[in-house]
Amino acid sequence: MDRRSVLKIAGAVSAATAAMFAVPRMAFAAYSDAIFKQKAGADALQNAYGANATTPSDQVKLKAPDIAENGAVVPVSVETDMDAESIAILITENPSPMAITADFPAGTKAMVKTRCRMGKTTQVTAVVKSGGKLYTASKEVKVTIGGCGG
Amino acid sequence: MKKIISHVAFGLLGLSVSAAVVAGPAEDRAAFQKFYENRFPDTPVADFQNGVYSILPAAREQWEEIEEFPPYELAIERGEEIYNKTFANGKSLASCFGDDGAVRGQYPYWDRDRGMVVTMELAINECLEANGEKPLKYKKGAIADVGAFMSYNSRGQKVNVEIPSDDPRALAAYENGKEHFYTKRGQLNFACADCHMYTAGNMYRADTTSPAFGHATSWPVFRSKWQSMGTLHRRFAGCHNNIRANPYKAQGEEYRNLEYFVTYMSNDLEFNGPAARK
Amino acid sequence: MSSIRIKAKDRKGLVDVKCLMKHNMETGLRKDKSGKKIPEHWIQDVSAESNGKVVFTAAFNTSISKDPYLAFAFAGKKGDSLTISWKDNTGATDSAETVIK
Repeated sequence: MDRRSVLKIAGAVSAATAAMFAVPRMAFAAYSDAIFKQKAGADALQNAYGANATTPSDQVKLKAPDIAENGAVVPVSVETDMDAESIAILITENPSPMAITADFPAGTKAMVKTRCRMGKTTQVTAVVKSGGKLYTASKEVKVTIGGCGG
Repeated sequence: MKKIISHVAFGLLGLSVSAAVVAGPAEDRAAFQKFYENRFPDTPVADFQNGVYSILPAAREQWEEIEEFPPYELAIERGEEIYNKTFANGKSLASCFGDDGAVRGQYPYWDRDRGMVVTMELAINECLEANGEKPLKYKKGAIADVGAFMSYNSRGQKVNVEIPSDDPRALAAYENGKEHFYTKRGQLNFACADCHMYTAGNMYRADTTSPAFGHATSWPVFRSKWQSMGTLHRRFAGCHNNIRANPYKAQGEEYRNLEYFVTYMSNDLEFNGPAARK
Repeated sequence: MSSIRIKAKDRKGLVDVKCLMKHNMETGLRKDKSGKKIPEHWIQDVSAESNGKVVFTAAFNTSISKDPYLAFAFAGKKGDSLTISWKDNTGATDSAETVIK
């Protein structure tokens, strides 16, 4: 989303909010279809971070359930002690694997917690961008349809 | 299998012994609670009010994460608005139930004059109708939002259902609810007790059944499966559909009597609604 | 009333933020009662600002659950202001401000 479009929309919104979105965001990965409607996770990473080569690291702490209570609301959290600018979460079997990117200015902890939607059993991968490199941790989250609907 | 048989025997034995001694609801409840304490020895008694999360550590972790900012908080806010909204006649739900609606602990109760069990949802609609307002549907929407607000403010109140000993109709309503709980029904031929008592904690197609002890404390509930708030009677109907039995009418006599029995069985636990559940 | 609920607590100089944003996050795949597809409608960008500085941003799609929940933490203190805003795919925005406890 370029500055011009943001400012056009901002006309309908309070000055404060407009100012916030008009803040130079070159350092941050804002929403774009190229990232979030991208079928290939590697391409999504490339478009988000300018790179897609990843290295597994046990410094990436990914927390997600082994078996999701409900695929519509799966708590996922990622954090790291590394000096990190951004964290992304990829859900392999989702229509567009890149679920979220979160960016941390100086002074903000490299941590994000959210709740994800998963249609079926899938690998969930946390990507940490630190020093221009991408580090990952991954686990499988099982999604089942229980018998007790109603 | 052996474990189940012995628990079934214990459950039945416990209850039939109490019948032989012409004991009543109090003895039923003691036996009921003892059954679950024996079946789940690692669960502190008070924790049963957290339903399946009192017996499943992995599920409990996810529930605790959701509790960091539970979806029912939005329902509480909506409920507060509805609760304080003035009727055409100038009154509001607060006129019936007080400023904060902290009355969850008073329901369900036996109404002597009318000879029936009164639940909180029924009382809410009776307040609306008495003031010329349209009654709410009983399973979801506004009734669940208002219930969420009132239950939230009532958190911590002890479950204390009374079965007046001097009104045999109250006991009959309790016995009706109790019979429902133990009667097999539906194409799958299950009784509530089959899944929620004798095999509570077992898996049924990737769902673990919760103990019935503590079932009635946390309503209304935001159920992930519904992605919305729902009342206890919504769940009763849902359960009946699951076992392919014809559901009864929400807030009809059958479900009110069932609620009377199930809530009485949880006496001395605390109301802890609204809650988030799978 | 804002769609954003914020809980922000100062824990020894690190402000713990939890927020819930009321939004259906429609995937565009659901159908309504008449069989018509409900158009996609989701929050794309979230931004948090405290004391005039951007402290957190996120971008996401409908892989995030309905009524999106985000938790993050930044260096700050009790009494500071915190504003969280979102923008969705239709260009609609919303914002809420709170004081850090």
